[in-house]
Amino acid sequence: MIRTLNTVIVGGGPAGLSAAVAAFDAGERSLLIVERDVHLGGILQQCIHNGFGLQWFKEELTGPEYAQRFIDQAEERQIESVTGTMVLEIRQDPQNAPYDKTVFCLSPSEGVLELRCRSVILSMGCRERVRGNLKTPGTRPVGIYSAGLAQRLVNLEGVMPGKKVVILGSGDIGLIMARRMTWEGAEVKMVCEIMPYSAGLARNIQQCLIDLNIPLHLSTTIVNIHGRDRLEGVTIARVDEKRNPIPGTEQYVECDTLLLSVGLLPENELSRALGVEMDPVTGGPRVDENRQTSIPGVYACGNVLHVHDIVDFVSKESTIAGKSAAAYNLQSQSGAEQVTLKAAGAVRYTVPQMASLEEPFSIFCRVAYPVSSGKFLVKAGDQVILEKKFIKAVPSEMEEIPVRKAELEKILSTGAGELTLETCLD
Amino acid sequence: MEYTCILCPRGCHLTAEKVMEEGKKTIKVSGNFCPRGIRYATEEMTMPMRTVTTSLYVEGGDMKMVSMKTAAPVPKERIPQVLEAAAKAQAKAPLKVGDAILKNVAETGTDLIATRNVAAARG
Ligand code: SF4
Repeated sequence: MIRTLNTVIVGGGPAGLSAAVAAFDAGERSLLIVERDVHLGGILQQCIHNGFGLQWFKEELTGPEYAQRFIDQAEERQIESVTGTMVLEIRQDPQNAPYDKTVFCLSPSEGVLELRCRSVILSMGCRERVRGNLKTPGTRPVGIYSAGLAQRLVNLEGVMPGKKVVILGSGDIGLIMARRMTWEGAEVKMVCEIMPYSAGLARNIQQCLIDLNIPLHLSTTIVNIHGRDRLEGVTIARVDEKRNPIPGTEQYVECDTLLLSVGLLPENELSRALGVEMDPVTGGPRVDENRQTSIPGVYACGNVLHVHDIVDFVSKESTIAGKSAAAYNLQSQSGAEQVTLKAAGAVRYTVPQMASLEEPFSIFCRVAYPVSSGKFLVKAGDQVILEKKFIKAVPSEMEEIPVRKAELEKILSTGAGELTLETCLD
Repeated sequence: MEYTCILCPRGCHLTAEKVMEEGKKTIKVSGNFCPRGIRYATEEMTMPMRTVTTSLYVEGGDMKMVSMKTAAPVPKERIPQVLEAAAKAQAKAPLKVGDAILKNVAETGTDLIATRNVAAARG
């Protein structure tokens, strides 16, 4: 079946839902959300813990409640969605202009859907790094799960993966699962983190580990996995500054379950095949301040763009993308000349990576390692355009640096084609 | 005493001490970015409170499990009893966010409520 629409939103998680609502509120009525799961809501459905929504809704919600609010908003607006539907390919088809993008999907009830549209919003989210991406030696017994898979099993399927648990990686999902598994009766022996600092939020260290007396071993990794059919134990060891295991520090820990919480990767097979330019650091597309990718009319938001620690930021970002797509459909954004944004110093990456400088916007960034007391500097050449102080900045938390109207003018007056965002420590 | 505030992702590092002020015992808190940190540290010193979240099989729903939470934070020391009661609870679709699944769970004065909509299974 062939359908013609203004905007197709690929992914019905928090990013896609927020983008759809924002596009609708900006006047766009011809919208379709395509979701591969049977329900909308994405990963939030399994994030049953609370702590979401303080910024966006000004109250503390659980993941499913946060998702439900957006599902309700989409329903109130009668925004159309198809679930259980997999997007196979997104293509540029200039001969169909202005509906020059085609989204091919596979729906169990309708077969192949060919959606021709003016704009596409990429909101496919991310997936977990798995063991194949790690270099842990040892056998391959049953009992090794990514933390997110374990979360799905426990919270959505009602299945407990095991009784004695070791968690590798201190990402937030791993911390949340340490508490969840304990609450379901498992013994969580420890969380091992190869870095000298935690990858998760301080509040989760407190309420998921300290509250439950679960030790967190920093600068520690797993050097061996034991057990033939079922996992029987792991060998942990301390690592040096170069993250190499220190001989003589090995210790055997008995366990039947190993959870890996070693990071998330934006899920961009569709974006790559479509041909949008990618940022090797974020693993997501390069975008401007409207969240437009290198292909006009193709937008990206949420974890597909870069991994967020807080869903409220996803909604904020996706609102920008949704509004921009609506404006694009009306041809009301000029997409004027752009500057590129570069990360320097302790700054690992920025989003956006380019800007048209039409309106005030915010630069979001993440640092590569923890730094304390200093400032972020936005520079055009040697000239400092703006600065923002920080007491501490850590890799697990995203920073926002607003660029206001006066500063935009300052940038434009320099005529610079490139801006750098760097750190300057006191 | 030192605490990490868990009330928002900022995770402020709080210091709290018992002091005498105008002849009255009070708790003085510092390190909080917002007033909620004062409440948090004071509670941590007197009676720590936590919201409990869990999930439960749901009968006749279009999905297997319904997620739940305590409608308000409960005393930390009561969490085991809350979890035990929650595991024995029964839920039947359809359910809406906010529906009480267990009233006054484990005598905490707080209800256990659904945190997602579960439609009735089709057919
Ligand atoms: S004191 Fe306020 S800002 Fe700091 S963590 Fe607590 S709630 Fe958040």
